Amino acid sequence: TALLPLRAFAQADPDAEMVGTPDEFLAGASAGEGDLTLTAPEIAENGNTVPIAFDAPGAVEVRIFALGNPTPGVGTFRFGPLAGSRTASTRIRLAGTQDVQAIAKMEDGSYITAMKTVKVTIGGCGG
Amino acid sequence: MASGVKPRVKVPSSASAGDVVTIKTLISHPMESGQRKDGDGNLIPRSIINRFTCDFNGQNVVDVVMAPSISTNPYFEFEATVPEAGEFKFTWYDDDGDVYEEVKPISV
Repeated sequence: TALLPLRAFAQADPDAEMVGTPDEFLAGASAGEGDLTLTAPEIAENGNTVPIAFDAPGAVEVRIFALGNPTPGVGTFRFGPLAGSRTASTRIRLAGTQDVQAIAKMEDGSYITAMKTVKVTIGGCGG
Repeated sequence: MASGVKPRVKVPSSASAGDVVTIKTLISHPMESGQRKDGDGNLIPRSIINRFTCDFNGQNVVDVVMAPSISTNPYFEFEATVPEAGEFKFTWYDDDGDVYEEVKPISV
């Protein structure tokens, strides 16, 4: 069992690269307003499972960030040739009331962003 | 810990060529975030599924990188184009190296 935390730590690294923070994803570029819809509840009673969805026509990659979580990266969605749309929905954890941000990378390399504030009654990251 | 992991996928059984279909996936998994502490105040090590992919006849539909902020029993809903009859292949990659696969055929 002594090795277990070490291994978990070593495997956390790819995440940092793959989802990371908004600044890392943007790499100096700026994200404007655009055709990106982020859907999230205004109030989430349970931060352990908060439903979110996005719709980003023309995006090649969409990343979701929970800016108030211990690690802000939530997920990276890359769309392949058979994606029927640039939409997806999932359920995420939120440590507390905070902003959830979606950033979409478009086909032309530009970025657009959308943000939603979610009020959380019971946090979802333990502690 | 990867016991009791069970993927569930909802795909229509048939579609017309070129149709866009909605796919829903759920996999039972604890998704231990690595942030929680046990009763003695020790951190519980992270154990999550870190990647999910969906392909149709070898062509990618969506590829998701998952961080600990994805909820327990990760759920995804998305849309795929069905150009011809074939198979959807869903793959989940666990932190512990396990790979869970599910295949769903669709007729045109």
